[in-house]
Amino acid sequence: MSSTRPRLATAWLGGCSGCHMSFLDLDERLFDLAAAADVLFSPVVDAKTIPPEIDITLIEGAVANEDNLELLKHLRERSRFLIAFGDCAVTGNVTALRNLAGGPMLVLARSYRDESNLQPQIPTELPVIPPLVDRVVPIHQVVQVDFHMPGCPPHPDLIWYCVTELLAGRVPNLTGKWKFG
Amino acid sequence: MTEAELMECGEKERQRFEAQPLRIGCCMSSGCLSNGSAAVLEALRASALGSDVFPVGCMGPCSRGPLVWVRRGSEIRTYQQLRPELAARAVEGAIDPRHVVSPDDPFFSRQLRIVTSHCGVINPERLEDAVAGGAYRALAQVLREWEPARVCEELTRSGLRGRGGAGYPTGVKWNLVRKASGGQKFVIANGDEGDPGAYMDRAVMESDPHRVLEGMAIAGYAVGANHGFIYVRGEYPTAVHRLDMAVKQATRRGILGKSVLGTKFEFHVEVRIGAGAFVCGEETALIASIEGGRGMPRPRPPYPADVGLFGKPTLINNVETLAAVAPICERGADWFASIGTPTSKGTKVFALSGAVVNTGLIEVPMGTTLREIVFDIGGGIPGGKRLKAVQTGGPSGGCIPEQFLDTPVDYESLTRLGSIMGSGGMIVMDETSSMVDVARFFMEFCRDESCGKCVPCRVGTVQMHRLLDKIMAEQATLEDLALLEDLCDVVRHTSLCGLGQSAPNPVLSTLRYFRHEYEARIQNRRRLTSTRRPLELVSVNGSVAAPAKGGSI
Amino acid sequence: MSVRTFTLNDQLITAAAGQSILAAAREHGIAIPTLCELEGLSTVGACRLCLVEVAGSQRLLPACTTEVQEGMTVVSESPRLKHYRQTILELFLAERNHVCAVCVSNNHCELQNRAVEQGVTHVRFDYLMPTLPVDMSHDRFGVDHNRCILCTRCVRVCDEVEGAHTWDIMGRGFQARVITDMAEPWGDSTSCTSCGKCVQVCPTGALFDKRATAGGMVKQPSFVKVLQHARARKESQ
Repeated sequence: MSSTRPRLATAWLGGCSGCHMSFLDLDERLFDLAAAADVLFSPVVDAKTIPPEIDITLIEGAVANEDNLELLKHLRERSRFLIAFGDCAVTGNVTALRNLAGGPMLVLARSYRDESNLQPQIPTELPVIPPLVDRVVPIHQVVQVDFHMPGCPPHPDLIWYCVTELLAGRVPNLTGKWKFG
Repeated sequence: MTEAELMECGEKERQRFEAQPLRIGCCMSSGCLSNGSAAVLEALRASALGSDVFPVGCMGPCSRGPLVWVRRGSEIRTYQQLRPELAARAVEGAIDPRHVVSPDDPFFSRQLRIVTSHCGVINPERLEDAVAGGAYRALAQVLREWEPARVCEELTRSGLRGRGGAGYPTGVKWNLVRKASGGQKFVIANGDEGDPGAYMDRAVMESDPHRVLEGMAIAGYAVGANHGFIYVRGEYPTAVHRLDMAVKQATRRGILGKSVLGTKFEFHVEVRIGAGAFVCGEETALIASIEGGRGMPRPRPPYPADVGLFGKPTLINNVETLAAVAPICERGADWFASIGTPTSKGTKVFALSGAVVNTGLIEVPMGTTLREIVFDIGGGIPGGKRLKAVQTGGPSGGCIPEQFLDTPVDYESLTRLGSIMGSGGMIVMDETSSMVDVARFFMEFCRDESCGKCVPCRVGTVQMHRLLDKIMAEQATLEDLALLEDLCDVVRHTSLCGLGQSAPNPVLSTLRYFRHEYEARIQNRRRLTSTRRPLELVSVNGSVAAPAKGGSI
Repeated sequence: MSVRTFTLNDQLITAAAGQSILAAAREHGIAIPTLCELEGLSTVGACRLCLVEVAGSQRLLPACTTEVQEGMTVVSESPRLKHYRQTILELFLAERNHVCAVCVSNNHCELQNRAVEQGVTHVRFDYLMPTLPVDMSHDRFGVDHNRCILCTRCVRVCDEVEGAHTWDIMGRGFQARVITDMAEPWGDSTSCTSCGKCVQVCPTGALFDKRATAGGMVKQPSFVKVLQHARARKESQ
């Protein structure tokens, strides 16, 4: 691993992975990205541990469970620049609609018991399933966020613009390039 | 009734008083009523059969109620905490000294009562009683001698300023309405007193309703209005009852109505009752409410002086302001202007409450210091505790800390200290009060009383309250505190009416003097950020971006 | 017609007597952001987005309700105003459940557009997320209170243009809500003429055609201006 190339990471918290799909829709530009930077940690690369220092991290999804929370905190500490990537990370979006049903137990009861038609049971006793946080929140409610890239999902062109600007050492200027939803 | 008949009525009544060997006044104002003074009045009547035993209004030291005065010949004694079973002894004058108010009690001797001069003295339910005390004399004199312009001029010269809180020069306002074009004009007395801890107007309306009517009639004459409304909050049933009674009495006797005191001046008064919304104390919301609409403010300009009730030029004054009018007209602008400070003339009524020995209603010359009010008149802090702050101006005001106690109270000095004169509520707080909690209390009040029309007030108060909650729960970060301060600035400058514009004041003033109390609950907590060296980036305008600031574009 | 001349952002502008700062600015192609204002309806000055700085006034004044005065100096763009507008939009976005991605008005929403124009890429406040009902009792239209910004355009168009006054506001502060008749289900309203004007003027997805799916609700609020203009001409004839 070259130490001089910019180090990138992406993470997928409470969201639908649509933002990562949009990221993959960079298509041929992924080759250009691979040439310009190392993607060290991401759902789309086979890395199991978080690298100690990352230059730019894109976070998709809201904070919905303890797992999300822990991963977000680790990434924040190690990332020099952290981006809220997509509406769930920026606003809570669809993920946060869960809050309208009430606290975690009410959400689980509704999803796994009340609305279930096969073996209704609330999956809280299985240790592999991370406990839900009381309230889904956008990531800047938990950690310092350096840049917000809204969109559901952000368009690949917007992702490409932001990433290339940052790699060039400039703050992206979103004027006229973005929207919620 | 003509002026001569008015004088005769007063004279006759005074002679009747003189002929009575024993006269007893029992406070039947809200404070004493809630302490059971109705039963005391009944007991006094039973103990002094054949004597003149009657209800009076507020005497001031409400925490010591029920209050009663007994006049035997020329000697007057005042009794406090009088229970019905002590009534007979009070009539005889043989009572435990604990129940006797000393004539030298500083609570009374340090006051100067102009607006409240008849409060607690006359029977508010009898027109003749008020007339014997001099009611409507000023009105008669104004109608006889002064042109409307002269009235406005005198008021301007007196230096009287609006007692509702903003302190706008009353004479100037009257002149604006007088000069406004249009045939139909209105006068409104704003009795929608809603600040927590404020009950000055209630006391005036309950204790001396004719004084308010007289001020309104003079105002009507001065500005060219033939119709007035008194807007009283629904939570003041006693005030509503007595004002209703006073309007009926004055109208029946020809003091109000088609021909005021036998002159060509016509002036009718109606009482309107609020339905419980604090925002209706704001003049445009109050006007909407009288018109029968939803009590919501509208942007000013145009001001009510141009476009007011039913679209007509309207003079709207606070009850206490109007109650000061008759004494000014009668005793002269120069006399009034000789009282107070260079910018704030006359006296101000304050409702003293909180951690103070004597809670109640007081009237003092402008320029009296907070220390005199709290320690001399108020009797200091109970339980040997230290004073921490005095809150003035209710939810629109601020907290003045102990080190500024020697500040003379006037409009300008309180504003300089980050508070306001406000309508006159004064809440004393001792060392056990948490100032963050005080700010949160007032924010909760504003949140619940916001009408919902404009978003900074409707949602800003909710967000500010949440942030204060978070600070109280020791969950907040320094970023939250910065956000709270930013939001205070936004809400203050972008809200539609005074409610929202002043809602941040309790936060801003406690932050100004008690910031350490906020910080102690935050303990330098910050939002989690990188432990690595931040990325150095150049923003579009060429300067180096501060990486930790977040995604501004 | 008498004319007033004033300065807007260092530019000299003439306006008709009685014209608002907002109307005069629009005529000269100067955009001032708005949400509650709609040409053809009365102005209420409620959304506070059009606040401008007027020399000599300590307070910011809403451009929609403030008449142009001869010689006045107005600033409609400044860093301070920008910050206030951004914060106000944040307060709007955090107040109810504006989830653009699943909204019928996605891509055609005035709140969404204002956020983009003013660069509100995120909201610093807690999302309040109140639990609010959706009333689908009307044959053709629905009202989703989760997306209502209380601009009162529906109230005004129904009262001032349709003359039905089906809509009004209930409750106070954060609890305020638009209602039909005496807070009855819209479908039970006896005053509603089902004209749909309220739906067309609603700036967000709060009022919608029941057939619309996410992003499918495209509205034409400009009819109010045309209709009012035509009525005024007819009356003057």
